[in-house]
Amino acid sequence: MSIVTTLATTGFVFIAMLLSLRLRLGLERDMFTGTIRAMIQLVAVGYVLEFIFTSRHPLFIGCMLLVMVFVAARSSAKRGRGVPHVFARIFFTIAAVTAVTIGTMLGLDMIKWEPKSIIPVSGMVIGNCMIVSSLLLNQMRERSASMREEILVALSLGATSRQASERLTREAIRAGMIPIIDSMKTVGLVQLPGMMTGLIIAGTSPIEAVRYQLLIMFSFTAASALTSIILGFLVYPTLFTRAHQYIGWK
Amino acid sequence: MTSEPVLELHHVFKSYHTPHYRSTPLKDVSVTIAKGAFITITGPSGTGKSTLFRLLTRLEEPDAGRIVYLGKPLLEWDPPRLRRKVHYVFQSPVLFPGTVADNLSYPARLAGDSITEEYMSSLLRRVALSEKYLSRGIGDLSGGEKQRVNIARSLSLEPDILLLDEPTSALDEKSTKHIEQEIRAYHEAGHTVLWITHSPEQAKRLGNVTWHLEDGCLEVLVAP
Repeated sequence: MSIVTTLATTGFVFIAMLLSLRLRLGLERDMFTGTIRAMIQLVAVGYVLEFIFTSRHPLFIGCMLLVMVFVAARSSAKRGRGVPHVFARIFFTIAAVTAVTIGTMLGLDMIKWEPKSIIPVSGMVIGNCMIVSSLLLNQMRERSASMREEILVALSLGATSRQASERLTREAIRAGMIPIIDSMKTVGLVQLPGMMTGLIIAGTSPIEAVRYQLLIMFSFTAASALTSIILGFLVYPTLFTRAHQYIGWK
Repeated sequence: MTSEPVLELHHVFKSYHTPHYRSTPLKDVSVTIAKGAFITITGPSGTGKSTLFRLLTRLEEPDAGRIVYLGKPLLEWDPPRLRRKVHYVFQSPVLFPGTVADNLSYPARLAGDSITEEYMSSLLRRVALSEKYLSRGIGDLSGGEKQRVNIARSLSLEPDILLLDEPTSALDEKSTKHIEQEIRAYHEAGHTVLWITHSPEQAKRLGNVTWHLEDGCLEVLVAP
């Protein structure tokens, strides 16, 4: 695709902006800012990736992954305002889940030991972990408020913090995983996933593209489950004091 | 009845503040509860009666002062163990999803134990419910039935000190009398009972010692 064609794609945004103006949606400024930001961020990432792919140095790959985990954890931490050390807890969770997922893929030779495989696949795993973390924190915040009475009654009956929050944690973990399970059920029937679409457009045979897509979807499921469980168990103790007193999140 | 102290409060203070609200439900409260006492607690709404129960069960900490149970400061007790011995029955009955049997066996399961169906039936009889209720889902219970299951679940712990927060407020007259009778029997078996009530008649019926809480101060009233 030529640079002129790439620039012409912004025409799609102008259509949306014109519609927004006509319907007085008031979204033109946000659309404009979003478009400029997306262009700058993606072009910058494109150059960085080109440099890393050429150098193939493990240190650069590690730095890139760290930056991705850092940005994901920061974004998700906004959902967990009031949770003590929430950024550190999310950072640890996403880093650990990414290490396990990518490590397994490399160990089983599902992806190659090269930056152009490791970085994009890690990016997808990290992005997925970020969404699951945000969902889980939202769920835990809402449920801990609505289940406050139930938690207090359980504590008064002699439950420990872990026992009193068992149902809360289980339900929040479950809710955090539902989107990925739902998307697995309808994949291919409702929409063709992004990675598969990209591979097909780039000339890969649909069967080969499906294989990659399955690898990604199944690893996402495992990564989602791990993220929900690890983060759920890392944050529930912050709802209580060491004396098993419920304090909730501010 | 012996006058051996089972719970002691020494200069207890508790206040709550938010940017728009400040209240001090307990100001320098010092009082002793004798083993086997039956005390009713009265006072206007929002004057710290429930706060007092939360402090006695260490669901919250006092801002200042000391609370002692069986000669040992509350801070030295393992909180889950303490809450089984000094047990707080909340005003609104909160039951866990499942059946009545699931709820009655919950405290035992927490301790890694189990209770027999026969024992669960006897708990239900104590609150005037038949054993048929065991398999009922909690969604099928009326407000009054929920409260009775709530009390039966607490009785399964056989606590040394039972703290009841208006346990009969959602019950009709007949059920109220039955619960009063059952709690009196529990008291006569040697247990200590503290009962919050808004009804002066009920306070008179239940015990000869009443604590009146108002403006953070506790006044002990002993009936002649």
